[in-house]
Amino acid sequence: MEQTMVPRPGIVTTVLRFYVDGFRRMTLGRTLWKVIIIKLIIMFGVLKLFFFHDFLGTRFTTDEQRADYVLEQITMPARGHITPQGGERL
Amino acid sequence: MIENMDPTMVNWARAQFALTALYHWIFVPLTLGITWIIAFYHTIYVRTGSEEWKRLTKFWMKLFGINFAIGVATGIILEFEFGTNWSNYSWMVGDIFGAPLAIEGIVAFFLEATFFAVMFFGWNRVSKKFHLFSTWMVAIGSNMSAVWILVANAWMQYPTGQSFNPDTARFEMQNFADVALSPVAISKFTHTTSSSMLLASLFIISISSWYLLKGRHIRMAKRSIVVASIFGLLASAMVGLTGDEAAYEVAQHQPMKLAAFEGLYKGEKNAGLVAFGMINSDKKVGDDQDPFHFEIRIPGLLTLLANRSLGTFVPGINDLIYGNRDEGIMGADEKIEKGKIAIARLAEYKEAKKTGDAQGAAAALAVFNEHKPYLGYGFLDKPEDAVPPVAMSFNAFHIMVVLGTLFPLVFIAFLYFSWKGTIQEQKWLQVLGLPMILLALAAHMAGWIVAEVGRQPWTIQDLLPVSVARSNLTTGTVQTTFFMFAALFTILLIAELSIMAKQISIGPEEE
Repeated sequence: MEQTMVPRPGIVTTVLRFYVDGFRRMTLGRTLWKVIIIKLIIMFGVLKLFFFHDFLGTRFTTDEQRADYVLEQITMPARGHITPQGGERL
Repeated sequence: MIENMDPTMVNWARAQFALTALYHWIFVPLTLGITWIIAFYHTIYVRTGSEEWKRLTKFWMKLFGINFAIGVATGIILEFEFGTNWSNYSWMVGDIFGAPLAIEGIVAFFLEATFFAVMFFGWNRVSKKFHLFSTWMVAIGSNMSAVWILVANAWMQYPTGQSFNPDTARFEMQNFADVALSPVAISKFTHTTSSSMLLASLFIISISSWYLLKGRHIRMAKRSIVVASIFGLLASAMVGLTGDEAAYEVAQHQPMKLAAFEGLYKGEKNAGLVAFGMINSDKKVGDDQDPFHFEIRIPGLLTLLANRSLGTFVPGINDLIYGNRDEGIMGADEKIEKGKIAIARLAEYKEAKKTGDAQGAAAALAVFNEHKPYLGYGFLDKPEDAVPPVAMSFNAFHIMVVLGTLFPLVFIAFLYFSWKGTIQEQKWLQVLGLPMILLALAAHMAGWIVAEVGRQPWTIQDLLPVSVARSNLTTGTVQTTFFMFAALFTILLIAELSIMAKQISIGPEEE
């Protein structure tokens, strides 16, 4: 009787199939993934985008300017300005 | 509560950070601790081949998965807050925190993400040994990723291995090993992970108690309790030892924090530890009021805890604020003077550099370097500003210690009746077991308050107070995001509780 040789799948295919099958068989996991995705969308698509700008990153273009600004902030008391505690506006 | 809050930007930003960190901390310790217990359950299954242990392992793995999914990425919001609300701080520590947090990202991604999938998808699809190896790697990976954030936090409490660069306004890392292996970092990591193991054991005790009370999944509940109680008892011993080490490190590097969480105003030799007491929250530094309404002290124990030798002096808040020449303690008033000199010379250095005055810059820098260990004090208006909220620190510390003493007794009771074979009849113990997870969370929150409120007013100990670490934002901006986070995290918590309650109600039989 003649036997047909089935080629053994490569490691990449095996790993890929492992993950695809795993995700397909998920039950509770599907709900959890939905929670994770909604959460990430809210965090990065809403909170980060509209409310949490990088304060120094958006106001200055170079690290030198950022360093100057922070140095100015921390040496305010020595220059007789209102202390940073008092909340002087930029 | 909100009406009583000081409506300044700094306080709102602090409240927001506290809110985010405490919500994040609901999920983290359970993830850190339960992975170890699951690894033990899984090991027992592989060694015995018993289907019952397999079902048990899968059940607790499922609850771990829910907690992980709801909690994952909640810590990212803390990083958003650094960049927005605490930009001066972010800039100044960027060089120190970059390496530890990058390592955390890599370790978390490669260890957790890779083996996490094998742990959940691997049943009957990979060899039993590789599957078990993956479960252990998830436990190791989760806990390893916690190392680096705790190293970063420890550095803020004990800023070692760094040098301040006056040109860039940044603390720069001089020695990675000093930062990563500082005694504060080691004690913080060991105390946090061991207390997380304890919390996870109590989580299992609570749910298993509920099953016993309901008369459901009796064998699984009994088996879960035995392993969790042994594990919890060992974790309790580790919590005690590492807590002792943590308190010793606090005494060495943050004596004000130790004085605050013991309500010790007047330092003394052979100082006693408050075993039980009610602190006077109206007491202010320098007034004549008694610090306690009543207290019971264990003589000499605080000295032993702080210095590991009897007959030595433990400084109180008054000694640290006003100085104590006899004990060689410099007061905060003197440190403020030195700090102001450091700030003034830094400003002079900056100005001299701008005008090209090399000699002036060198002279200013020399004086700055001499006074820079007191830099942060220069931003304080008066010595009393260096005192953290004493009543809150005291109450949080003692709640943590009382609960930490109660938990091993609970494990012993569960183990004793399990050994006698009468655990199912002990309804009182099952009822006692139900709220244990809530008490464990309360102990964890109290621990966080001790560590973070107790070190006020510092963001970086002695070098940067919170008032200087912040960004110049309006209070309204921070208030808006505060309430958004409160809503988001509450929704996430409700989601976790409802999904988890449903799965607990279904129990281990269903997939």
